[in-house]
Amino acid sequence: MITPTLEVANLRTHFFTKNGVVKAVDGISFKVDEGEVLGLVGESGSGKTVTGFSIIGLVDPPGEVVDGGILFHGRNLVELPDEEMRDLRGSKIAMIFQDPMMTLNPVLRIDTQMVEAVRAHKNVSRDSAYQRARETLVAVGIASPDERLKAYPHQFSGGMRQRVAIAIALLNEPDLIIADEPTTALDVTIQAQILFEAQKLCRRTGTAMIWITHDLTVVAGLADRICVMYAGRDVEHGSVDEVLDTPLHPYTYGLIGSVPSRNRRGRPLHQIPGMTPSLLNLPPGCAFRDRCPRATEVCMEQPPLAPHGPGRTARCFHPHVNGDKSRRAEMEAESK
Amino acid sequence: MSVFIIRRLLQALVVIFLMSLIVFAGINIVGDPVDLLISPEADQAEIEATIRRLGLDRPWHEQYGYFLLNAFKGDLGNSFIFAEPALKLILQRMPATLELAFAAMLIAVVFGIPLGMYAGLKPDSTTSKTIMAGSILGFSLPTFWVGLMLIMVFAVMLGWLPSTGRGDTTELLGIQVSFLTWDGIQHLILPAFNLALFKMSLVIRLARAGTKEVALQDYIKFARAKGLSSRRVVLVHVAKNIMIPVVTVLGLELGGVIAFAVVTETVFAWPGMGKLLIDSIQLLDRPVVVAYLLITVFMFILINLVVDILYSILDPRVRLKDVKA
Repeated sequence: MITPTLEVANLRTHFFTKNGVVKAVDGISFKVDEGEVLGLVGESGSGKTVTGFSIIGLVDPPGEVVDGGILFHGRNLVELPDEEMRDLRGSKIAMIFQDPMMTLNPVLRIDTQMVEAVRAHKNVSRDSAYQRARETLVAVGIASPDERLKAYPHQFSGGMRQRVAIAIALLNEPDLIIADEPTTALDVTIQAQILFEAQKLCRRTGTAMIWITHDLTVVAGLADRICVMYAGRDVEHGSVDEVLDTPLHPYTYGLIGSVPSRNRRGRPLHQIPGMTPSLLNLPPGCAFRDRCPRATEVCMEQPPLAPHGPGRTARCFHPHVNGDKSRRAEMEAESK
Repeated sequence: MSVFIIRRLLQALVVIFLMSLIVFAGINIVGDPVDLLISPEADQAEIEATIRRLGLDRPWHEQYGYFLLNAFKGDLGNSFIFAEPALKLILQRMPATLELAFAAMLIAVVFGIPLGMYAGLKPDSTTSKTIMAGSILGFSLPTFWVGLMLIMVFAVMLGWLPSTGRGDTTELLGIQVSFLTWDGIQHLILPAFNLALFKMSLVIRLARAGTKEVALQDYIKFARAKGLSSRRVVLVHVAKNIMIPVVTVLGLELGGVIAFAVVTETVFAWPGMGKLLIDSIQLLDRPVVVAYLLITVFMFILINLVVDILYSILDPRVRLKDVKA
């Protein structure tokens, strides 16, 4: 068996604030194979971004990875010395951020920002680093790269900036890219282009990718597998088709039901009642309990991640397993 | 850009004109120099002759018109006391003040920015708290007192540094400067530090506030995600972004330091413009005071212009356009 590119095991990242311990990530496990795209899905505040930062080693105080392992090609990143971690960042593991308007330094030219990223890891001349930057810009679909390299970030549109950010992530041909909602701030046509480029690059280079998003329609077209997060925990794993077609966890179920669809035109939109619980003092048991239509007494205890067929797991005592009415039928029954 | 500069210079002319009017009227209210200028033994004829010679027998608006006319020819009048052109007197003293001011600014920047950035990056460390406490002292202690303390400690008690004058000067491009001789530098250290203390505190606070803000920005995290060393992140990515407020304030302060180094110059008997101004005010030497203030205004305008141009270099988003605002 080949070792996966990345294996996260029972990761816990807590923030030690004045008001108490915020358990932003409280036990999440997943793995990503070479060339695979994992969609990390969840609402705002479910710990997706912190998971990403934990992997790349950029959790700032008061945050701290308190438990679990992050195995990158079998090496545990949690125990890696700072300097080795720095060298991995940007070369083997790259990250793309959510807001392209904020990720490029406004006072430095694009070439400066790209060349420094190459030279931070490879002992190459400024010229060859520049050539590498130029090639990468072409690869992400930026026309007239020489002109663009001489420009400042404010001279670019949002979509162009995100392409530049992606190009920077690709500069050193990483094995893993963590993309933190990179298309959320873009309009749909640009979003489609970026998704297309991302997918193409993964297929071609065999780069593993973690695509963090709250947008199910994005993962539907892009990801191979999905990990759904809720309140710092992974609640459901599976292939993208299985999870979207037959969600097991009531939260995933609700999430999918919340996506507006043409078939339900004119009817009130489905929504999950309540809101994400405060991570500061989570009640014991299943964190989704208060919002869950299926919750019972047993949910007062923390459900374990239970297997439901090959590659499928869910953290629920009352999953929507086969034998339940199909999701669509149930939803239609609800709305009548 | 050139349109921008021309527009600025025209605005400057208006400001200088208004300023001259206010100063001229103001200084006429302060007092009559005749009483101080003429020896008590002089008889009435002598007194009247002097008054006429200085043009003080005319109403003040006529005097002002006359002054304005001469000012256009580049003549700001003669000093009552020294009977020399006021402009020449000031320009003679200017190098000393400029040297002191630039030395002070240099100290403020060279120490202030690194200290401020450190305090901004590690806000909870003891060193940072010490730096910030020190900057509060630098802000609040009066300059003259600090100057006296410096003299007492370093000149009197320790005897390390001289306390008065400029020391040996050498000629550089026709100007007398102190900083090229060891003796001159020794003379420069105490007054420059005294003058720098306030500015340094200011720079520390600005650099710290800027660093704290910039350090939280996504682009800093992204720079770290690229695997850059923290050295490069701090020295390039953070530093360049905090320079804008620092340059603004330092630009404004530079004018202030040059124009109002009065206290430090007095305490350390530094033969600069500030000392000349104080003496001239005491003796009601009107032409010198007026000329001094006009030069000061001109200097502020010039510095502001330079700051605007510096902006466009530091921040690519600022392009100097022919804006009406």
